[in-house]
Amino acid sequence: MDPITVIRSRTVVMPSTNIDTDQIIPARFLTTTVREGLGVSLFADWRYDKDGKPRPDFVLNQPDAQGCQVLVAGRNIGCGSSREHAPWALLDYGFRAVISTEIADIFRNNSLKNGLLPVVVDEATHAWLLANPGLEVEVDLESSTLRLPDGRSVQFPIDAFARYCLLNGIDELGYLLSQADAIDRYEQARAPR
Amino acid sequence: MTAKSLFEKVWERHVVVPETADTPAILYIDLHLVHEVTSPQAFDVLRSRGLQLRRLDRTLATMDHSTPTDTAQIFGGMPIRLESAAKQVRQLELNCAEFGVNLLGLRDDRRGIVHIIGPELGATQPGKTIVCGDSHTSTHGAFGALAFGIGTTEVGYVMATQCLLQRKPKTFSVNVTGKLPAGVTAKDLVLAIIGRTGVNGGTGHVIEYRGPAIEALSMDERMTICNMSIEGGARAGMIAPDATTFAYLKGRPYAPSGAAWDAAVADWQGLRSDAGARFDKEVTVDAGTLEPMITYGTNPGMVTTVNGTVPEKPGDEVFAKSLAYMGLNPGERMTDKQVQVVFIGSCTNARLSDLEAAASVFRGRKVAKGVRALVVPGSQQIKREAEKLGLAKIFLDAGAEWRESGCSMCLGMNGDLVDAGQYCVSTSNRNFEGRQGIGARTLLASPASAAAAAVRGRITDPREFLA
Repeated sequence: MDPITVIRSRTVVMPSTNIDTDQIIPARFLTTTVREGLGVSLFADWRYDKDGKPRPDFVLNQPDAQGCQVLVAGRNIGCGSSREHAPWALLDYGFRAVISTEIADIFRNNSLKNGLLPVVVDEATHAWLLANPGLEVEVDLESSTLRLPDGRSVQFPIDAFARYCLLNGIDELGYLLSQADAIDRYEQARAPR
Repeated sequence: MTAKSLFEKVWERHVVVPETADTPAILYIDLHLVHEVTSPQAFDVLRSRGLQLRRLDRTLATMDHSTPTDTAQIFGGMPIRLESAAKQVRQLELNCAEFGVNLLGLRDDRRGIVHIIGPELGATQPGKTIVCGDSHTSTHGAFGALAFGIGTTEVGYVMATQCLLQRKPKTFSVNVTGKLPAGVTAKDLVLAIIGRTGVNGGTGHVIEYRGPAIEALSMDERMTICNMSIEGGARAGMIAPDATTFAYLKGRPYAPSGAAWDAAVADWQGLRSDAGARFDKEVTVDAGTLEPMITYGTNPGMVTTVNGTVPEKPGDEVFAKSLAYMGLNPGERMTDKQVQVVFIGSCTNARLSDLEAAASVFRGRKVAKGVRALVVPGSQQIKREAEKLGLAKIFLDAGAEWRESGCSMCLGMNGDLVDAGQYCVSTSNRNFEGRQGIGARTLLASPASAAAAAVRGRITDPREFLA
């Protein structure tokens, strides 16, 4: 994975709460056996009508949304299924960060593994972002800071290890594999059932 | 000595390397369940990095999500109709053969929904850490295991190292007092809990369900409860193992036997929260006040009683959008709603006792005109048992369809679909928009409520059919 430092982009706002992973990528697209190519199906049932034509009222189909890399979503985005196809689809579409007041556990975890930054902010910052769609923000991973166009900066929490891996383009599997001795010792000592 | 919770005891047993400020804990995984949807990209990672599975003896694969439930496509020599599903099934067969993974394949008589066969085979045991690339892995917590869903990247980690990197979650005690009234089931209880705590109430937490109403539940019922922990936002839900747990497991193929069984039970008996164990969050629910529940919206927290009405939330745009999708209006009585489809199945409610509950309503009755009722057993073993007990005949005589096991209509990826605009009373776990098919309107309920809706053709209190 390429190292991530700063993401600078205009925002797309989807204020709905509890946007579940079935909305992000409906189950019928999960019969794929690869990671790539899911962007076209991102939010498929909100984005396209029954004939497959883009719905003009859906935010991603509006001209202002083109090229945006930061998604601002209502509380608890990513609830539901553990499908990693959700962050894969968001990334394949072009998003690189998701901002909300709450991000569901498995989705947040899957996002970190793929370099999609989950950014949890306070209610006031969130309300401001929801009210001001399309403005350019800066997500700075090095300082774990979200910078708003009015000059404000807010810190966001991110696990220190995940941050280190993302900043340096290190993959966690390499780290786990390097712990083989500790795993051997554990297996020998405990022999868990 | 500090009092510990059940979760803390299981967690501590599996810490390979403790967490620090800079690094998460390395947590050992005792059992890795694998299925066709969330594994192909993980096998690809192993292949591209020249890795093998570290512990084949701790890995068990099956196929359930994209597999058809139509007998002809499994045993009748017909190809799997959905081409992409056929390819995915084939890919799992190839991957398991290449890497030596034990696969309970399409025509294996032990095949079934992954969260149903783990317990059925006795592979799910108290005190184990269990993961699977599926959020309903929380089901296995019913045995006092720490079980949670993971994404495909982590499926690859577990394959290669038998470990995960984890921060210790917080704990959430859900105390259920009293006794469930007649005709009120575990499904109603868990829906009521989610209605109370919200779909994000458990985020960051592992739930422990405790109290007399939980202790009184069968293993099937406990699995229904733990299964839906994720619908409340919690990756895992646990119930302390007890005599009910041990009786269920004894004699199952993967369970220990002989002296090893006695030693295991002695160990498992210590797996309960100590008196005075502290939880980060607690809630108490009185089971005695509950009624049969049904969802009306597009997340499992949007739930009311079967005899209730759709709530009103003036000014809430997301709520209004959800009701518009469902074609429901605030104040509307749920029992006024006609239904077109009834689905009895899924990892939430497709075990033998669920089918018995449904059959007790269908017995001697017919599915209402204009209703399609689909009954899908959770495993091939449950299918055989249901046929032996005459349940399958009851379903067929009533006019319901009786299928091969699989996830089926719980999610629209295997050909079993609800049409746009149709109402489906479903015993599954998610009423998300489009979950059962584009435009499908899902109403989550218990097997008895689903069967009652099938017979009457509208949402119905199943207690009307109580013998």
